[in-house]
Amino acid sequence: MDIRLDGISHSYGDTEVLRDINLSVPSGRIACMVGPSGCGKSTLLRFIGGLERPSAGQVLQVGNPPADCLNPLTYVFQHFALLPWRSVRGNISLVLEDHGIRGARAETIIADVLARTRLSDFADALPKQLSGGMKQRVAIARALAVNPAVMLMDEPLSALDSQTRELLMDDLVALWTRQPFTAVYVTHNLAEAVRLGHQIVVLSRRPGQIREVVEIDKPLEARGYADPDLEAVQKHLWDLMRDEARAADAELIHV
Amino acid sequence: MSDAPTTARTVRFRGGGFAPTTRRGVGLAVFVTLVLLVEWGTRSGWISALTLPKPSDVLATFGELWSSGLLVKHMVPSLTRLIVGAALGASVGIGVGILIGLFSYIRAGLVPLVAAIFPIPKIALLPLFVIWFGIDEGSKYALIAFGTFTPTVVATYGAVDNVDRTLIRMGQSFGLSWLSIVRKIVLPGAMPGILSGLRISLAIAIILLVAAEMLGAQYGIGAYILEAGSLYDLERLFAGVVILSLMGLLTSGVIGLVEKRLLRWRD
Ligand SMILES: Nc1ncnc2c1ncn2[C@@H]1O[C@H](COP(=O)(O)OP(=O)(O)OP(=O)(O)O)[C@@H](O)[C@H]1O
Ligand SMILES: [Mg+2]
Repeated sequence: MDIRLDGISHSYGDTEVLRDINLSVPSGRIACMVGPSGCGKSTLLRFIGGLERPSAGQVLQVGNPPADCLNPLTYVFQHFALLPWRSVRGNISLVLEDHGIRGARAETIIADVLARTRLSDFADALPKQLSGGMKQRVAIARALAVNPAVMLMDEPLSALDSQTRELLMDDLVALWTRQPFTAVYVTHNLAEAVRLGHQIVVLSRRPGQIREVVEIDKPLEARGYADPDLEAVQKHLWDLMRDEARAADAELIHV
Repeated sequence: MSDAPTTARTVRFRGGGFAPTTRRGVGLAVFVTLVLLVEWGTRSGWISALTLPKPSDVLATFGELWSSGLLVKHMVPSLTRLIVGAALGASVGIGVGILIGLFSYIRAGLVPLVAAIFPIPKIALLPLFVIWFGIDEGSKYALIAFGTFTPTVVATYGAVDNVDRTLIRMGQSFGLSWLSIVRKIVLPGAMPGILSGLRISLAIAIILLVAAEMLGAQYGIGAYILEAGSLYDLERLFAGVVILSLMGLLTSGVIGLVEKRLLRWRD
């Protein structure tokens, strides 16, 4: 299933947030979205998942999601959004219960996604007992449990320390290599973008417009920490963004 | 850099505090000390018998009350009134509070009404309740229920308002039904606020219980206290008051237990 954004514009009252966004995310590829603070990345992601409606334009699903897909458009949130009163297992079964999946069938799915995110030993732990990185892995396991066609990730690693972030990036690459998923991945971190993105969408400052879409052909599993090819792309991205970021920063002062 | 000899000092500790921990027995010790102080004061005479009764006499009265079977006779109707009235008021209050928290129209319609009802001393409405629900148990249930209702509503919709919206968005993004979101996300999320609201509501229920029983009740703690008061029988008055305090301690203890069970997930 592909995602196509068709002339999306949006304003909150008098503030124009997004202007004429056209983009297509092909199936099985990760699109990273970078841009200065406040340019509308999170807003755009809410449109893609149907949590909010744009003032103009539309989000299209092209093709059908796979038959065993319970929730085609699935989010991974920046601050995990785990229910603190449910155990790891309970948090995952939460999203299965409404699809009538209980008992042994649910247990099989839960065991599978916990194994894939290396959390099998923590099924009965409460979120307060887990570290930040583990919480985000639970959130990823929960997203995998519904077999999404498209994952919508809003800065999923930004609440974590840099070592944990590296480890989780490796985890994401491993998950994708095992079973390629489509994703729209919002981040502030250019290193993350070049490591995970097949295409990197650079947005301008508010009102957000697409400035450039950078394609990276190198396969995900071949990309490593401090890869010279990627550093070159990252430098290019930073050149694109620096002035925007500076201007966006100055704007905030005038508000 | 100065040439003065460098001195090493331990860094002064300035953290700590602001984190209450359980200290077992301190409450009991304060209580026992106060009682002993009064006992000593009344015995030695610097507290006159007209000001305060001797704690040992109050205890003796309590014993009589127990052995004569009067205690049970007073407690059973009182507890029934308290339980029926408070259960009625609290459950309707929680229901209405959740509706106010969830629906804008209900909120717009009922919040001003609740705010208008809240400050009315419910005791003042007792005659009205007597007309509506009869002089018997009905008016007493109604008074207690009405009195627990308003604080429970306010606490509940506040608690629903405070449920983390990102959790609700999460539920929607996974396609959970409206009912599932309310049952599995909103209710458990509001539980801490609802329980701390119940603490206050139940204390109010006890106050109103006594008020209701002071008017037209043959048996009940309130009737007992009223009778003792009109005879200036301080021992019996205090025995009654002690029973009320014990009831307050008991309800707050029960809520504490429920909190411990239901809110284990909090850090
Ligand atoms: N519900 C809302 N009502 C009004 N304004 C909003 C709302 N949500 C976002 N905005 C505004 O829209 C703009 C874009 O917000 P958005 O959160 O999408 O930015 P972002 O690119 O995700 O920023 P960041 O990088 O800081 O996460 C901001 O100026 C923000 O203040
Ligand atoms: Mg954002």
